[in-house]
Amino acid sequence: MPPLVLSAFTVVSAMGRGVAATHDALRRRRSVLRRCDFEDATLDCFIGRVDGVEDESLPQPLAAYDCRNNWLAHMALRTDGFADSVVAAKERYGADRIAVILGTSTSGILQSEEAYRRRDPATGALPADFDYAHTHDLFSLARFVRRALGLTGPASMISTACSSSANSFAEAARYIEAGLCDAAVVGGADSLCRMTLYGFASLELLSPQACRPCAADRNGISIGEAAGFALLERPDRAMPADPAGAVALLGYGESSDGYHMSSPHPEGLGAAAAMRAALDKAGLSPDEIDYVNLHGTGTRNNDAMEDKAVAQIFGTATPCSSTKGWSGHALGSAGIVEAVIAALCIRHGFVPGCLGAEAIDPAFTSRVIVENAEQRVRHVVSNSFGFGGSNCALVLGEAAL
Amino acid sequence: MRVYVGGATLVGPGIADRETGIAVLRGERDYAFGDYVPPPPAILSATERRRTSPSVRLALHAATQAVQAVAADPATLRTVFGTSNGDGQVVHAILETLSGPERLVSPTQFHNSVHNAAAGYWCIGAGVRRPSISIGCHDDTLAAALLQAATQTVVEREPTLLCVFDMPMPPPLSLVRKTLHPLAVAIVLSPTPEWTGVEAELTLRFASGPPNMPAEPRLAGLQPLYGGNPAGRALRLLEHLACGEEARLSLAVLDDSRLDMHVTPKCSPQHA
Repeated sequence: MPPLVLSAFTVVSAMGRGVAATHDALRRRRSVLRRCDFEDATLDCFIGRVDGVEDESLPQPLAAYDCRNNWLAHMALRTDGFADSVVAAKERYGADRIAVILGTSTSGILQSEEAYRRRDPATGALPADFDYAHTHDLFSLARFVRRALGLTGPASMISTACSSSANSFAEAARYIEAGLCDAAVVGGADSLCRMTLYGFASLELLSPQACRPCAADRNGISIGEAAGFALLERPDRAMPADPAGAVALLGYGESSDGYHMSSPHPEGLGAAAAMRAALDKAGLSPDEIDYVNLHGTGTRNNDAMEDKAVAQIFGTATPCSSTKGWSGHALGSAGIVEAVIAALCIRHGFVPGCLGAEAIDPAFTSRVIVENAEQRVRHVVSNSFGFGGSNCALVLGEAAL
Repeated sequence: MRVYVGGATLVGPGIADRETGIAVLRGERDYAFGDYVPPPPAILSATERRRTSPSVRLALHAATQAVQAVAADPATLRTVFGTSNGDGQVVHAILETLSGPERLVSPTQFHNSVHNAAAGYWCIGAGVRRPSISIGCHDDTLAAALLQAATQTVVEREPTLLCVFDMPMPPPLSLVRKTLHPLAVAIVLSPTPEWTGVEAELTLRFASGPPNMPAEPRLAGLQPLYGGNPAGRALRLLEHLACGEEARLSLAVLDDSRLDMHVTPKCSPQHA
């Protein structure tokens, strides 16, 4: 595929607000997961919580969209000058030529959780001030972002569980190639809620400690929240803030497991198919990939199958790691968080080693690293996999401008 | 953007299968609103079948009939699933559990709560490893999913199964998100006209401004289906496909835009 430049990108997660804070957390190997203090949740787990989300408010014309998920998205839009970059792109292309294609798994469902607690005791009705369409509904996020940025191009809200925001890159690349738009805002947001905390608890997948992806003694995930966005455009008209360190989407690959709703294929067939498809799209061979950012959730099953899939393709030489030891598993927004991390690795020439893993699972055969390393990073594969057997791999690399 | 479509299927109240749907859409059979209970999906094993909710069954019913109609191997098709509400029954059950003292969420319900549950069961049942996308775009779900399926078909040059479906929400969500009846639409899209089951050429264009062509079904009897479910937005397209006639239509999208469509049946003079 023709490369698409990430001419602007940003992320807000437990690691911090913006790319500089995220880069700093990675470099200093700062652990930011905390014991669960979300609302009234009484679960023995750790979470990746973004400070200050509750203090956000939306500008008056967008007040109907008020909910934690859109507050988090709003924080990200105003970080790293992202909204300003979109304004500049609007001048180049026109508001109707920029698409908004985002991912989320639970959108503003927290709003429904609160509303269910305030049901009328007699009738069971939800409170009159509850606005389902602008909060809980999936499309809320794409509509909110589209309006906040003043865009009028096509929009879509992808929800393929934990691969959602990775899939948004693939979908946007197709929209640009098909001529439906000249540029696209991709990424997404997923915010903490009781549904995912108690849901993953019911599956016995929450670690009682901070998650330790790839560790021999890993015992589950830590749920995080995050919002992040990237502006994708063709290189000939892109005007990235930092042309020397520009990063491009070079390929994407998608597949389905067709195996089980909540367990990945044990041999990682779907994961491997997605990575192969992404390499094909990018026209790269496995030995041209300098780093693989794993989905690496910290569950026994995911990390074991992903090791098999990665080893099948990359053998034992390519450094790989999961960065969920920092961010926690941001579910539908994991894809954008890790795409931004991949961009930072390329721009700054380093690879992060798994955080919190003292000893890597001895059964693993891929080259999982536990220390940060300074090295040139030209190309990164970033993996995202989700319930329902949805797999998406992205290839990011240095942009030739 | 140009694609070739076939297998168009409508199931819902009073429309128990594809053949009935075609007869109704052609006006050969008077539409009568009636009960519709989505059947247990035959493509799933008994274990998986037991875990499926009406919402998943609805989607798989339409998808199965569309794929059978074009005699395609489902394992060869990419998929785009569109649903506004997802699985309202499952989401409601979890929300109710979370508002109580115990908060003991059922693990099966939790994994069925993902928006791509229907896609997941489809891929399991039909042995599909091809890419699959699930989207939720409120009342614009049909237009967005159709545009996305067409884009995948054209850019990846692979046939794609589109399935758009929604079940009514249970109370109290039914009062804040009105979906009056179950409805599902499935269509198979091909990048080339030389493909099994192709019935018509469909060109799509996303444009700014309000629609300037009709979108509502011509058959007055189908009006309740149009307004009562996001998948109902497909009805006029399905009427033209069933009747095998050339037509232009336009769907409102996102308050400020529209999706224009031009249907040309395969047997029309343009293709002769």
